[in-house]
Amino acid sequence: MNAPAQTAAVDYTRHVSADAGGVCRLRLIVEGMHCAGCAFKIEKALRADGVEARINVTEKRLSLAWQGVPADGGAILAKAEALGFRFLPVEKQQSEEAAQLRYLTRCIAVAGFTVGNLMAFSLALWFTSPESMGAPTRIMMHWYSALITLPTVIYAGGPFFRSAWQAASRGRTNMDVPISVALVLASAVSLHEAMAGAEHVYFDSVAMLLFLLLIGRYLDARMRLRARGAAADLLKMMQGTAHVAEDGGMRRMPAEDLAPGMRLHLAKGERLLADGTAEEETVMDASALTGETLPQIVAAGGALKAGMVNLGQPLHVRIEKTQNDSLIGDIITLMQKAEQGGARYVQIADRVARWYTPAVHALALFTFIGWMWTGAAWQTSLLTAITVLIITCPCALGLAVPVAQVMAGSWLFRRGMFLKSADALERLEKVDTVIFDKTGTLTTGQIVFENAQAVDENALRAASALAGASRHPLARALAAAVPVKAAEGAHEKEGRGMEMLLPDGRWQRLGSARFLGVSENAEDEKMELWFGEAGSAPVRLVFSDLLHKDAAETVARIKKTCRVVLLSGDRPEVVRAIAEKAGIDIWRGGVDPREKYEWIDMAAATGHRVLMMGDGLNDAAALSRADVSMSPSSALDIAQNAADIVYQKPGVGSVADALDLARRTQSVVRESFGLAIVYNVIAVPLAVLGFVTPLVAAVSMSLSSLLVVGNALRLRKGGR
Amino acid sequence: MDILVWLIPLALAMGGAWLGIFMWALKSGQFDDPEGAASRILQDEEDV
Repeated sequence: MNAPAQTAAVDYTRHVSADAGGVCRLRLIVEGMHCAGCAFKIEKALRADGVEARINVTEKRLSLAWQGVPADGGAILAKAEALGFRFLPVEKQQSEEAAQLRYLTRCIAVAGFTVGNLMAFSLALWFTSPESMGAPTRIMMHWYSALITLPTVIYAGGPFFRSAWQAASRGRTNMDVPISVALVLASAVSLHEAMAGAEHVYFDSVAMLLFLLLIGRYLDARMRLRARGAAADLLKMMQGTAHVAEDGGMRRMPAEDLAPGMRLHLAKGERLLADGTAEEETVMDASALTGETLPQIVAAGGALKAGMVNLGQPLHVRIEKTQNDSLIGDIITLMQKAEQGGARYVQIADRVARWYTPAVHALALFTFIGWMWTGAAWQTSLLTAITVLIITCPCALGLAVPVAQVMAGSWLFRRGMFLKSADALERLEKVDTVIFDKTGTLTTGQIVFENAQAVDENALRAASALAGASRHPLARALAAAVPVKAAEGAHEKEGRGMEMLLPDGRWQRLGSARFLGVSENAEDEKMELWFGEAGSAPVRLVFSDLLHKDAAETVARIKKTCRVVLLSGDRPEVVRAIAEKAGIDIWRGGVDPREKYEWIDMAAATGHRVLMMGDGLNDAAALSRADVSMSPSSALDIAQNAADIVYQKPGVGSVADALDLARRTQSVVRESFGLAIVYNVIAVPLAVLGFVTPLVAAVSMSLSSLLVVGNALRLRKGGR
Repeated sequence: MDILVWLIPLALAMGGAWLGIFMWALKSGQFDDPEGAASRILQDEEDV
């Protein structure tokens, strides 16, 4: 490595929490750790007097505590950084999500305890009567039920009450509003009945409803957290540190403090963190920004963008813009804009709740008024009204979406797909346009040497030997295809190719057309290298980025229902060739990140629903802007973070599978809503007229829930 | 039926004890890092 000799520690002060006793705490994500062995190595390296280090291997998190000042953190971590591990501070949002999951686990445990114990009481109560059991024993059991149920509702109902309150205080309703009202009212009535020594006590229904709903909520939260995993987001990738060249030395600085006019030292393989100009000629990998596979040659004085990686010799860069004003800052702004727009989407359950909740509450109120008006006692009127509420309790409606989502999610999970947002399947169903990125998504992203047959074997072996000494992607593909020993004494001419002088004085060259003195043909979509020896004509070696095997088949499958588009930052000729092979009619090449974003904006403006598939930094803004988005798990963390679904299976077949499943899931959800509505249409009039006791109401409500759950279970097999 | 007066509270207390133990285990981080805990036992140089 060409890293500068003097490296100062990174400053983590902003993320450190210090207490009064001078103990500082810092939580970090560990990068580059693969097993428990690595974890112990890091712990051992960090452990010292007054320093405590503990790694959570499962979550790849490091908890660091030390006695001293917050600024010491960097120096302590430097010891582990020297071992080759990288550390990123844990963002507040991530620890909040993990805490929410632990809270839900506690709620489930409490509700589970209550449900289990209530079952014993319920069985005894259901299979006996006041005559056979004796009224005092029954009353005692009712009181025990109340004793354990009421605290449970108050504690474990918290997630629903809080969400309902948040919605209600903003003048909206969501599914948690009727759930909360039902929980509170059913508990209140049961308590009232128990106090009166009467029979209509439904604590068991309350606890069961709570327990089932909590499980759905927990699975949902876990799915989201797991999909996010240890992934760091774009901001974090760009956080890093840069080496600023100063008089007589080098200073390590957080990227956010970089300012125009500073002079950076960019080592080989290091990522540039702010836009600037190159002081020397170099070769840069811009694949994160453009998606283009091949390195770019940048002349001295040429513009460099944040996110590029230096493949050439170490060079100096004059910073032109702060990180926020850099292209990367632009992408972040676009993503934030898109995320705010995402809130417009209303989940189907909440759309139903919007009219269902007021309707049900009004109905219960009218029932109460109606019965009072006919001269019934207030207890009878209230009981009938509550029966209406229980029977219309949106249990089936509330369960329809989460159960279907959990089932569909587990089906996807078994096929290597992670659902990151709960409503992604809902949005996926409405998609009519699928946009693919090229490199890494539609293609394997791996370059393959193509024309071995057309080239003379001796030339091929000589070319491969030269290629073995280079790190250029095309050269590496050649060396992998024709395994020979790497040539010794070959020199790399930055941005042009390899050259070697043979013992007999002849030269051999492998590189660009210009390097070999051949005229370039810009129209050709193929990637090429030329190989030549003194005294013989140069030979052309052709490479291509392989299309995924299932690409054409998948595109054909999607085309039955959707428009398929290919947007790529690569050269138009290359994009056209790939589009033709995959059977995609609409394609555009040379598209930059902002244009991708705007393309989707336009499609949305004309009423299209867009699914974006991408894997690079250049796709991140488009991924967040699209109605729904998917990324392969080989994608950059930033793309995975922006995507709604992450898939592991190589190829693109997952897209078509996910689209199919989304449609089946939504039809199951609609069936479940249908079932719930039919049930309500039959049961509600009976309840309003007082033909149903609350017990029958509770039983039939549970039955309707079972129907909905059973219906959703079909999705476990993919809904076929 | 008098026995119920004892048995029900006893059953509830046992259930409650289970709940308490589970909550304690959750809170003290017993389920936080299953992978790490499984490997840590193989670590013989642990000097703390």
